[in-house]
Amino acid sequence: MTRMQELSRMMKALEDQLVVCMKCGMCQAVCPLFAETGREADVARGKLALLDGLMQQMFEDPEGVSQRLNKCLLCGSCAANCPSGVNVLEIFIKARAILTGYQGLPPAKKAIFKGLLAHPALFDKLGEWGAKFQKIFTKPASDVIGTSCARFMSPLIGDRHFRPLAETPFHKMMPSLDTRAGASGRKVAFYVGCLADKIFPHLAQATVDVLTHHGVGIFMPENQACCGIPAVSSGDTETFQRLVRHNIRQFKAGEYDCLVTACATCTSTIKEVWPMMTATDDRLHAEARQLADRTFDIHQFLVSELGITGGEAGEADTPVTYHDPCHLKKSLKVWTEPRTLINASRGYRLKEMAEPDWCCGMGGSFNLQYYPISGRIGERKRDHIRSTGCRIVATGCPACMLQLSDSLSKAGDAIQVKHPVELYAESLKPT
Amino acid sequence: MQVKTIVKAFEAVAGVDNVLSEPADLATYAYDAAVLDKVMPAIVVRPTSSEALGQVVRLCNENRLPLTVRGAGTNLSGGTIPLPGGVVVVTNGLARILEINTEDLYARVQPGVVTAKLAAAVEAQGLFYPPDPGSQAVSTLGGNVAENAGGLRGLKYGVTRDYVMGLDFFDVDGGLVKTGGRTVKCVSGYNLTGLMVASEGTLGVFNEITLKLIPPPAYRKAMMAVFSEMGQASEAVAAIIANRVVPATLEFMDNFTIRAVESYSQAGLPLDAGALMLVECDGYPGQVEEDAAKVESICKEMGATSIRVARDDAERDKVWEARRAALSALAKVKPTTVLEDATVPRSKIPAMIRALDAISKKYDLTIGTFGHAGDGNLHPTILTDRRNTQEWERVEAAIEEIFEEALAMGGTLSGEHGIGTAKCRFMEKETSRATMVYSRRIKSAMDPHNILNPGKIIGGQS
Repeated sequence: MTRMQELSRMMKALEDQLVVCMKCGMCQAVCPLFAETGREADVARGKLALLDGLMQQMFEDPEGVSQRLNKCLLCGSCAANCPSGVNVLEIFIKARAILTGYQGLPPAKKAIFKGLLAHPALFDKLGEWGAKFQKIFTKPASDVIGTSCARFMSPLIGDRHFRPLAETPFHKMMPSLDTRAGASGRKVAFYVGCLADKIFPHLAQATVDVLTHHGVGIFMPENQACCGIPAVSSGDTETFQRLVRHNIRQFKAGEYDCLVTACATCTSTIKEVWPMMTATDDRLHAEARQLADRTFDIHQFLVSELGITGGEAGEADTPVTYHDPCHLKKSLKVWTEPRTLINASRGYRLKEMAEPDWCCGMGGSFNLQYYPISGRIGERKRDHIRSTGCRIVATGCPACMLQLSDSLSKAGDAIQVKHPVELYAESLKPT
Repeated sequence: MQVKTIVKAFEAVAGVDNVLSEPADLATYAYDAAVLDKVMPAIVVRPTSSEALGQVVRLCNENRLPLTVRGAGTNLSGGTIPLPGGVVVVTNGLARILEINTEDLYARVQPGVVTAKLAAAVEAQGLFYPPDPGSQAVSTLGGNVAENAGGLRGLKYGVTRDYVMGLDFFDVDGGLVKTGGRTVKCVSGYNLTGLMVASEGTLGVFNEITLKLIPPPAYRKAMMAVFSEMGQASEAVAAIIANRVVPATLEFMDNFTIRAVESYSQAGLPLDAGALMLVECDGYPGQVEEDAAKVESICKEMGATSIRVARDDAERDKVWEARRAALSALAKVKPTTVLEDATVPRSKIPAMIRALDAISKKYDLTIGTFGHAGDGNLHPTILTDRRNTQEWERVEAAIEEIFEEALAMGGTLSGEHGIGTAKCRFMEKETSRATMVYSRRIKSAMDPHNILNPGKIIGGQS
């Protein structure tokens, strides 16, 4: 069997899912990438056709297909709008795993995933060093947003305006927690997530404060690892499973009703990708499924489980606009709860922007690899935010928070980027 | 010329970023929404100016390269599938609305403008562009004109053809041909506009389209009627029209489609209903109320078991949600969805429904039928799996029989999806030998080297 025949055989595992696409092209209406480029290879229908092409042995080498498959935000807008219900994200993630298994991981990604991400303690350490040294290379860009930019020309940073690593990551402020259920009678496990730990510790703190305020016990084990999305979306199933295994082990030590995170991406990864990409290991798969079934997004937990409702509107309320993270609205169908939480925050009132669920263009490593396009998608979002006249934009995902900060800061807009939980936590403080 | 040399020539006129020739890019322009085999082009060009578009057409002609224009690639008859080694010209780089004229009631657009975007822009100006093909969220106006696309409002408002006032298009030499204009009346020269509508890219390449706009209706009223048999519903359709009521939309769906929609969207549809009829009347309030009352009493007379009239916009949306979900719901039943659009004179709808039923039984196939009952344009939708070769043979035989039945009733092969390559071998049956000869003569006069979407409509190319 030639190598392309072998790859074709591997791809056949996806055949039953691929044939569901009737090539109607409706994904073109919602794909944030296609809206910028107009290229069929950038939209789901095109990518599905390429995977079908690999299966039919239409190509002499898989590199062209692989490149185009990786040029995707994995935002799931296409799947949410698909008339035939093609499971686009599952197909893409599995296809990336097959292609990476076949072609191998690029050296830089290999070093980062296998050398760093797979070792949570080392990853934490490096983050702490980075926080100390980053000021040498960067300077503040916007006081309101809290972004930095490069001090001098840097190929790594380019013209990005980024949120710097926090001086003290959350795991240093609060290494672990195990509190009893209070008035609510509920106890949750809190999965912090890399961005909330290293860049937005204030958000992690706010989450703990809000849960404590409502009498919810918290189990937060130390030495939590990345949820694995960067590895699995690059096709590195091995590192991914290693991280899942590590996290499950850490969280097994406590007793709780359910697990919550304040990161849309982590939540959707745990709920959907953990069970999806662990099928090769029965035990791991069963444990991942069990945890996934009782994982909640923080807004969903606060509103649907604890019953927090939006308060009365006040004359002097500060308007806040809200951006729907794709991983919350399109993957988990959570979009009313964050809005309720904003309105439940005393002194704040939701003001909708146009196209609130249009992707911000972050897409994790997509932003690193395709920064100019990611930036253009971000500009569309920025324009919508700016048109609301709000001085605060809230969003339920730290990854979106990074992208919104970059887009707003570069345009010189003095608009703060917050997580709804931060607003709510703030409103609980005595005035 | 070698492909490489030609790529260079295209790059010189359209820009380096707008010419694609890598296999992994070409493979994404090898298909459209029709259930047909892929065909790989050699080059894809995406012009972003009129000048570049004209030059690209000229270059194709000079180099004898078959050229297929593509908007969103939503064609259902293979019209945008290229020829082997051909050139695909993508129009989404020409997507500007050039003018919306609220005094003379027209819009001028480039061919790549998305239908729904124009409709929204026009609505924002207090006007109305009625054609609403099912793919309007992505389909382009160039494609709509090239296929003479229809939609849900065909019965009262007509189809794309009825809104094309004028066109600029490139002939094969890259010369700009102008036809029609911005005036309501215009009799200068041949009606080339009429010739170009539905020409499926075989006679010229659109550069600019002038579309008629109308004032929007002041008032709307939607209702849903349940029948125990499809026959009753189709007779009610015929009776509504015979009673001089022309609703804006008059749709129906059969029991299979009702059940598919219900399992997909839990809209609360009656699962035991033989047919569901959806009607919307629009116009002035007084007239709409009168028409709606007439429709209601006709439906009752024809044996409707229940009628639900939408009292507000939310209820109206609910009525149409069910219809909009029809294709999605059917598509989820099996991997391959063959959406046909054979159309018959309205009075023949009951007969056509019976014929479809017989065909489904004869070939042992799952066929869900829904569609634009008011204009005789049904969408029998065959649900199958193309990988099952035995069943696929039966599907092809069934399609052929559907065409034959429609033609025997004085109908047509295609109401709105076009002929493309999928139906060209049946063309002579619908028309005549002489029609085909006449059409081919026009084609060879306009396109002597046969480079404009060869093989579409009139055949003559594999």
